[in-house]
Amino acid sequence: MSARRQSYREALREALREALARDERVFLMGEDVGRYGGTYAVSKGLLEEFGPERIRDTPLSESAFVGAGVGAALADMRPIVEIMTVNFSLLALDQILNGAATLLHMSGGQFHVPLVIRMATGAGRQLAAQHSHSLEGWYAHIPGLRVIAPATVADARGMLWTALEDPDPVLLFEHTGLFAVEDELPDDAGAVDLDRAALRRTGRDLTIVCYGGCLPKSLAAAEALAAQGVEAEVVDLRTLRPLDDETILESVARTHRALVVDEGWRSGSLSAEVAARIQERIFFELDAPVARVCSAEVPIPYARHLELAALPQPESIAAAGLALVGARG
Amino acid sequence: MPSLGADMDSGTLLEWRVAPGDRVTRGQIVALVDTDKAEIEIECWQAGVVERLIAEVGQKLPVGAPLAWLREESEAVSTAKPATPALAVAPAATGVRPVRPVFASPRAPDARPPAPPPSRPRVAVGESRRVHASPLARRLAKERGLDLASLAGSGPGGAVIAADVQRAAAAEPPAERVLAVAASVAPTEAAAAPRDRREGMRRAIAASMAKSKREIPHYYLETSIDCGHALEWLRARNESRPVSERVLPVALLLAATAKALRRAPELNGFFLDGAFRPGSGVHLGVAVSLRGGGLVAPALRDADLRSLDELMAGLRELTQRAREGRLRSSEFSDATLTVTSLGDLGVDRVFPVIYPPQVAIVGFGRIAEAPWAERGMLAVRPVVRCTLAADHRVSDGMRGARFLAELARLLARPEEL
Repeated sequence: MSARRQSYREALREALREALARDERVFLMGEDVGRYGGTYAVSKGLLEEFGPERIRDTPLSESAFVGAGVGAALADMRPIVEIMTVNFSLLALDQILNGAATLLHMSGGQFHVPLVIRMATGAGRQLAAQHSHSLEGWYAHIPGLRVIAPATVADARGMLWTALEDPDPVLLFEHTGLFAVEDELPDDAGAVDLDRAALRRTGRDLTIVCYGGCLPKSLAAAEALAAQGVEAEVVDLRTLRPLDDETILESVARTHRALVVDEGWRSGSLSAEVAARIQERIFFELDAPVARVCSAEVPIPYARHLELAALPQPESIAAAGLALVGARG
Repeated sequence: MPSLGADMDSGTLLEWRVAPGDRVTRGQIVALVDTDKAEIEIECWQAGVVERLIAEVGQKLPVGAPLAWLREESEAVSTAKPATPALAVAPAATGVRPVRPVFASPRAPDARPPAPPPSRPRVAVGESRRVHASPLARRLAKERGLDLASLAGSGPGGAVIAADVQRAAAAEPPAERVLAVAASVAPTEAAAAPRDRREGMRRAIAASMAKSKREIPHYYLETSIDCGHALEWLRARNESRPVSERVLPVALLLAATAKALRRAPELNGFFLDGAFRPGSGVHLGVAVSLRGGGLVAPALRDADLRSLDELMAGLRELTQRAREGRLRSSEFSDATLTVTSLGDLGVDRVFPVIYPPQVAIVGFGRIAEAPWAERGMLAVRPVVRCTLAADHRVSDGMRGARFLAELARLLARPEEL
């Protein structure tokens, strides 16, 4: 089977193109997704290909266009709404939480909301505190939503269609640091499952649990650890809600040590949730306290060196991994 | 808590037979302890005055844990309770120690007596220092019967982690680990239900026999012995006696075995720590099967020095107490060779398994009439098939053969027994 090298951004675009082609109910709307080709150039060329009915530029009002997306979904369309960054999604939080996530419940199961909301998340590109936060953990708190975070080119290509098939709202988080990442992708790459976390690397000494933009950093850390004789297993959560406990626990039960890496802030974070589940379920398999590497609890700085220092990095992840295995390392 | 057999890890104190202030003599029974196998009366090995009882009734204690303080007659009455007992290890099978209180960890004979790090507060008597250990290390240590406090931690902050437990466990004989697993799920209640007792005994036998088959290179010898003369002699001897004083053929077999062992020291003793230790006397373990399953093999002490009548009386008493589950501690651990006889059940011959750490076992089948060729003549004689299983690490077939020959010779001259 032939394969070609593709970027994460191109894979997302391919996924959009496939969805638009396969199902006429699918349309994309958001700020600058049409004429500008998307803030991160994901939808570049789609306006020309699919026309302004299906690639719709919206006013700068997240509440309005997300609400429109909820309404369209209720009317049996399959809207894909793009929000420029997760920071801006807070303006639409009411539509997402009180609307999309809740209507099925409040209608006694009558109204599904088959809406997909894509948004960029994460720091590392000197976009400062209002464009750089990782708030996907907040959304993972909300019943009624599925929250997914493709961390690989294959998942960028395959998650969208599966999300569209879900009768209920799905939030898809694209880390800004991943758009340029390239990987080989088979020509016939397509939809992937959303139910299981993925083992991205196997190892016997500890399990690094991560997702999204922290996956490449964790894999780099695992390489650095391997050079020091510590074999780290890397679990990519893929779906942040609902969490695939079994894959996480199965891995940690084998390695007996867990390090959770999360670009979100530590307090009340997704990393806290993962750590809690590990100790709730397999406390007696643990050979060390569950460790975490998270972002510094500050608004993400603009200055390059400060921004780098505030985020999980391969070095800090590897250092935490070494500390976890203790004197043996 | 004395070791009442190589397969014992811990015991539950059922009863104190002494109280503080009591004067005790060597050999006196001071307590009743429940092991997986039986309730056993614990003898005191030192004369003195009971200063204080440490163990509480119902408490399950590892082998080596102190049960009580004993003050030697020459010692002054202590007025103050010692604040922090030294950590030391009581040698197994010594019962109550006439020394300062000892806090022991089972099977950690080289445990350093660690002065707790100065940063950690000292704790009260009877408590142990809080050991920093990972949950996995704690679980593994429990499964393997290891004391976390005796392990050096190599984890974060010096915590004991799984690798430390596994290292320590690897240094243990495998059978004892198996038993430790069994012991960890053994009943802890003093009044264990009979079913639990049976399960505990099954596990203990399983561990002991598995260890034997795994570690001991057995060699087997068999000889057929004409018992005609011996039985005739015994019948004549019994005729003039009341039934209660009659001697059964099994006593004759035991007496012959015991006396033959005097000339075969390599079969009489223990294999411990990679070396043979001859027994201090001939103490025959007599395999007694119990109602409801399982067996014990308590010792008939100094069997070679006893008369036939004494042996018979000893055997009667021992069997009865074994079946009542009331054996004494020394009887449980002292046997230097075990004799098993299944002839009552019609078994022709026994292929016995050595009971570690002993180094040999003698099996008798039934005494049955059989064709017997001698001096070119064929006759029918009462014949017993006697088998010997012995530890090839300690003795060779030649030695075993001499032993069986001596046994046969003695049975041909019962008058000398």
